[in-house]
Amino acid sequence: MKRDLVIIGGGPAGLAAAIAAYDKGVRDILVVERESRPGGILKQCIHNGFGLTRFKESMTGPEYAQRFIDEAEKRKIEILTDTFVTRLTDKKEVTCMNERGIFTIQARAVILAMGCRERSKGALNIAGTRPAGLFSAGTAQKYVNLYGMLPGKRVVILGSGDIGLIMARRMTLEGAKVLCVCEIRPHSSGLRRNIAQCLDDFGIPLYLQHTIVEIRGKERVEGVVVAAVDKDKRPIAGTEKVFECDTVLFSVGLIPENELTKGAGIPLDGRTKGCTVDGDRETQAEGIFACGNVLHVHDLVDFVSEEAEIAGSAAAEYLFGGERQKRLIPVQAGQNVSYVLPQRLDAASESPQKLYFRVTGAIKNAVVRVEGGDGVREWKKIAVAPGEMEHITLPPAYFREAEGLCVSVLAQEA
Amino acid sequence: MEKKSFVCIECPRGCLLTVEEGEGAPRVSGNFCPRGKAYAEAEVTCPRRVLTATVRGKTQRVPVKTRGEIRRDLLFSVMEKVHAVRVDGPLKIGDVVLADVDGEGTDLVAAANYDGE
Repeated sequence: MKRDLVIIGGGPAGLAAAIAAYDKGVRDILVVERESRPGGILKQCIHNGFGLTRFKESMTGPEYAQRFIDEAEKRKIEILTDTFVTRLTDKKEVTCMNERGIFTIQARAVILAMGCRERSKGALNIAGTRPAGLFSAGTAQKYVNLYGMLPGKRVVILGSGDIGLIMARRMTLEGAKVLCVCEIRPHSSGLRRNIAQCLDDFGIPLYLQHTIVEIRGKERVEGVVVAAVDKDKRPIAGTEKVFECDTVLFSVGLIPENELTKGAGIPLDGRTKGCTVDGDRETQAEGIFACGNVLHVHDLVDFVSEEAEIAGSAAAEYLFGGERQKRLIPVQAGQNVSYVLPQRLDAASESPQKLYFRVTGAIKNAVVRVEGGDGVREWKKIAVAPGEMEHITLPPAYFREAEGLCVSVLAQEA
Repeated sequence: MEKKSFVCIECPRGCLLTVEEGEGAPRVSGNFCPRGKAYAEAEVTCPRRVLTATVRGKTQRVPVKTRGEIRRDLLFSVMEKVHAVRVDGPLKIGDVVLADVDGEGTDLVAAANYDGE
């Protein structure tokens, strides 16, 4: 089977990429989705706050997804549901599996939009047995929001990621008692507004620099031992406190789901855990693009949609015109910056280029500095924090002659 | 005179707002912009939130939300009404599931399309 464009994943990234490619003239598009409905993780994100940037209104996850599902339907874009992609090659061969069997599609272009998955508790190395009652925050979200089942009555949450915060509120409203949220770092990894609306509103304490050192219970969780940690994240003896609970949720980070990408031998970035891409979101394999949480984990779906449109449009250009002549220059993360995306920029591009980045620590009254192009450019930011992705836009005149760019963030001098 | 402090949730700056309540209008300090002042005043007089939840459909849960913010102190009593709801017909996003769910005129509406199954 041959197709012009195969998109792996029918979540917000895959849908927006498909729509953008269609609008640039591509007609032979196939979106492959492993679940029975498109929409991805948004289906279970019933809380509001989505779409504030893109649609200037606060929507729930299903409402945000539906906008894109409707647009895809209007264009009659084919979405193949209940279908797993089992293998991808750098020659753009996509092997799929569903109830009809196993088949391989030869695509002319591919967009990776597989999203991310939760970091598991296994990676945390906590002492104790493995009783029932341990859930990742996203699994609990699925039980509560999609199946209408409450996974437990007395809950301790480890990690202050946004999904954990959202679930603290959600389970409280459904009648559970959330005893506390423990965060090993000195700052929360969740959005500030979620701490206010999900914890403070319900009097749920957030213990910073605390972690779970032991899980008690044999058949079912009976309690956890929580301890304060020192600056090297080691538990401090004598600070242990016991919480009686039947459930522990883990909200300890998200990892781009790149097994297919690795199988295809496409290089990944050690920091983002996604592909290294250029401004078109093209990976180092020609004609294979990536967007959304499989590329780097976003805080806001609005930016996933935007990134997917870049990838979808670029894939269309590639399909019609072949690989463009690019002069790729590296974009590096400088002081206080953990990563910049894209990692490479086409200096021959005629359009402005947006750079997305995250900082390594919270800075108030920050200055973003870009060097390497036509002089030094600076932008002032009121506040930056690791939990909130930042961006700046560079005009073509700035990078036309550049050999490489570097983005750093500094505290503003008084 | 009562003093309250909390973090503003209007933007990433996260101002630490302080509100002093006494005679006359509450006095807000610590805010960088007018939005912070408005948020702080609402927080001390009558905090309001959008409530999202799910209701029982035939074979699946149906996401719902209040159309607009409701009083925060009514969240749990509204949840009790939400728990009692059962929908059986198809619904489109925005269709009223339960009218005047907070007793102050705010409707509970569907937050996803539901095919009735």
